[in-house]
Amino acid sequence: MSMLRSVADKPWEYQPPSQETGPESAFGFSPERVALALFLVVVGIIFSLLGVTYFLRMELGDWVPLADPAMLWVNTAVLIASSVFFQWALLACRRDDRPVARKTFIIGGMLALLFIAGQLAVWQQLDSGGFGVQANPASAFFYLLTGLHAAHLLGGLWVWSKTSFRLFREEDSQALELSVQLCTTYWHFLLLLWVVLFALLANT
Amino acid sequence: MAYVPFADQAHELHDPHSFVTKYIWSQDHKVIAIQYGGTAVCVGLVALILSILMRLQLGFPDTFSLIDPSSYYQAVTMHGMIMVIYLLTALFLGGFGNYLVPLMCGARDMVFPFLNMLSFWFYLVSVLILMTSFLVTGGPTGAGWTLYPPQTITSGTPGHDLGITLMLASLVVFIIAFTMGGLNYVTTILQARTRGMTMMRLPLSIWGILTATVLGLFAFPALLVSAIMLGFDLLLGTSFFMPAVMSAGEQLDYNGGSPILFQHLFWFFGHPEVYIVALPAFGLVSDVLSTHARKNIFGYRMMVWAIVAIGGLSFIVWAHHMYVSGMNPYFGFFFATTTLIIAVPTALKVYNWVLTLWEGDIHLTTPMLFAIGFIFTFIHGGLTGLFLGNVVIDLPLSDTYFVVAHFHMVMGVSPILVVYAALYHWYPKMTGRMMHEGLGKLHFWCTFLGTYAIYLPMHYLGFLGVPRRYYAMGSTDFIPPSAQTLNENITLAAIFVALAQILFFINVFWSMRAGKPAGPNPWGATTLEWQTPDTPPKHGNWGPELPTVHRWAYDYSVPGYPQDFIPQNVPGDFSVSQEDEAPEKEHLQ
Repeated sequence: MSMLRSVADKPWEYQPPSQETGPESAFGFSPERVALALFLVVVGIIFSLLGVTYFLRMELGDWVPLADPAMLWVNTAVLIASSVFFQWALLACRRDDRPVARKTFIIGGMLALLFIAGQLAVWQQLDSGGFGVQANPASAFFYLLTGLHAAHLLGGLWVWSKTSFRLFREEDSQALELSVQLCTTYWHFLLLLWVVLFALLANT
Repeated sequence: MAYVPFADQAHELHDPHSFVTKYIWSQDHKVIAIQYGGTAVCVGLVALILSILMRLQLGFPDTFSLIDPSSYYQAVTMHGMIMVIYLLTALFLGGFGNYLVPLMCGARDMVFPFLNMLSFWFYLVSVLILMTSFLVTGGPTGAGWTLYPPQTITSGTPGHDLGITLMLASLVVFIIAFTMGGLNYVTTILQARTRGMTMMRLPLSIWGILTATVLGLFAFPALLVSAIMLGFDLLLGTSFFMPAVMSAGEQLDYNGGSPILFQHLFWFFGHPEVYIVALPAFGLVSDVLSTHARKNIFGYRMMVWAIVAIGGLSFIVWAHHMYVSGMNPYFGFFFATTTLIIAVPTALKVYNWVLTLWEGDIHLTTPMLFAIGFIFTFIHGGLTGLFLGNVVIDLPLSDTYFVVAHFHMVMGVSPILVVYAALYHWYPKMTGRMMHEGLGKLHFWCTFLGTYAIYLPMHYLGFLGVPRRYYAMGSTDFIPPSAQTLNENITLAAIFVALAQILFFINVFWSMRAGKPAGPNPWGATTLEWQTPDTPPKHGNWGPELPTVHRWAYDYSVPGYPQDFIPQNVPGDFSVSQEDEAPEKEHLQ
C-alpha cells in the first residue's frame, strides 16, 4: 500500500514534481466509503468490547443461560432477506435499472423494519416469560445487545429513507449508486454482526 | 469509472450570506473551530472556578465555608471530567483540528461539512446537558471523574440519581459528536490532501491530530459501552457492574456484578484519552518550536513514527491505573513493562524538541515561550510517570497528592501551555491581527511560574502521605503542620494563576480591535495555512486554485536561499549540493 511505503520517505530531500501527480488520496475511492469503513470499525469495536464484557460477566457465579426463543431464527431469515434485497438494488443501480432498484431498495428497508418489529416481539415474549431485563445477567445482556443492534439498524433506516426519496427524484445516477452502495455495505455489516451476536446468544 | 481524487472534483461552494448561516449554522470549518474552541473555553472556565473552590477549602479549611463535603466531591468530579473531555479533547480536536486540518492539508473544507456542523451542535448539547446537572435536585454527580461503581449509584454519593444520569447522557452525546467530527478529520486527512501533499510532507500538527483522532475513534467506544451499561444498572436495575451491596443499612436489589469490569472498560478508554489530549499537543508544539527556532524539526520521520507508536502502545497500558484495585502480579508486571516501554518514543520526542532548539535562531516570542515551557513541564510530569508506572512505587503513592501533581503536570499544565502556544501562534491567522507581546509574555511567566508553585509542592505532600480526595485532613498524626502551610501557599498560587488568565482574555479581545495588523505570514512560517490569499482565510480558503505542495513543512534556514524559510508551495530545488557542502565538513573536522 502506497501509504505504508510512504512513511519511509525522506521528505527533506527534494522530489521533482511529476507531471501526472494528482491530489494525494490514500485510497482510490470516495471519502464517503472511507468514512463508512472507519465507522464500521468503530461499531465493530463497540460490539467487540460488549462481547468481551459478556464473556467476563459470564464467568461470575450468578449467570443463568437464557433459552433463546425460536422466533430469533425467523428474524434472522428476515434480516438475510433484507440484505439480499439491498444487494439486488445495488446491482440494479449499476445497470441503471431505476424501477427495479426502487422496488428492491424499498423492500429491503421494509424487511429491516420487520426484523426490528420481530425483535420487539421477542422482547415481549421473554419479558412475559419472566425474563425481564433484571432477571439475570444473561437476559440483561440479551436486551442490551439486541437493543444496540436494533439502534444501529434504525440509524441505517434513517439514511435508507433519505436515499429512497432520492431514488424517486431524477438524480445523477453515480451519486445514487454511491448512496445505495453505502447502505448495502452497512446492511451486510449489520447482518454479519447479527449472525455473530446470535451465535453468541444462542450458545451461552 | 475511475475515481477522481476529492481535491480534483468540482465542488460547489455555497458562500454563506446571512449572519445565521455564516456564524451560527455555519458549515465552514474555521467558524466551527471557533465555535468549538469558544464553547470549550467557557466550560473550562467553569472547571477552573470549581478548582478554586476546592483549593480555598484545602488551603483554608476553617476560614471559608463555601462548599460542604458533598459539593467538594461534586467539584472534584466535574472539574476532572470537564477539563479532560469537554475542554481539552474538544479544544484540541474540535478546535485546532477543525481549524488546521483543511488549511494545512490544502483543502477547501472538511470532506463532510454538514456532519462537521452537526458535530459541534451535538457537542454543545452534551455540554448543556452536563451543565444542567448543576441545576437539578441533588446536583451533579460526586462520584469522582472515573465514575466507579458501586459508589456512583449508591445513596451516599451526591448526585447519585439525576446527577449521574445527566453525566452519562452527556457523555453518550459527546461521543456521538466526537465520532462525527473524528470521521471527518481522518477522512479529510487521508483523502482530501492537495497535489504534492504526501503523508510525509504533512506538518506534525496533522500527524498528531490524525493519530489522536484514530485513538479517539477506537477508545471512546469503551467509554460508550461502560456509560450505557452503567446506565442500565442505574435506571433498569441490571447488575453488570453492581455487586450485592448494602446501602444506608438496606440490601439493594443488585447482585453479582463486577465493579472491576467497569474499571477495565473505563481505563481502556481512559489511558488512550491521555494521548488523545497529548498527541495533538505534541504535534502543535513541534510546529511552533520549529517555526520560532527557524530550524527544521529534528528527526521528522522519527517524530511521526513516535506519534504512531505512542498511539498504538497507549492501548496496552490501561491497567496501570488499577494497581491499587488488585490484580494478578503477572498482569502488574506486564502493564508496568508496557508503561515503561511507552517512555521510549516519548523521550525520543522530547530529545528531538530539545535538539530542534540546539543552535537554532531562537526567537523568544510568546508562543515560543509557552512551547519551551511545555518541554519543562512535560519532562517533569513524564518523569514522575516513570515512578508511578512501577507497581511497587505506585501502591504507596497512588492515593496521595503525588499522583495529583503528576497528572496535572503531564496532562493539565503541559497541554494547556501548548493550547496557549498554539493560540498565540495561530491567532494572527484567525483574526488578521497580532496579540500584544508584552502582555503575552507577562501571561506566560505568571502561568508558568505560578503552576510550578502549585504542583511542585504537591509532590512533597505526596511523599508525606497526604491523601488526595479528602475534603479536610482533620487532625492526623503523620501529617506535620507544615503540610498545611504548604497547602495554603498552593491555594494562593492557584488563585494567582487563575487571575493571571484574565491577562490572556484581555489580550484576545484587545488585540482583535487594536492589535498590530499581522499580514499573511507574520512568523515566516512554511506551512500552507500561512500561504492563503486572504487573512483570515475566506470561505473555501484558497481562492480559485488549490495550492500545490513542492516540499516538506520544515524548510527553515536553508543555506543559499534569501529568506530563512521556504513555504511548502514554492517550487524549486534549493538544497546545497554535496560539493558545496564538502569544505564546511572539513572545517568541522
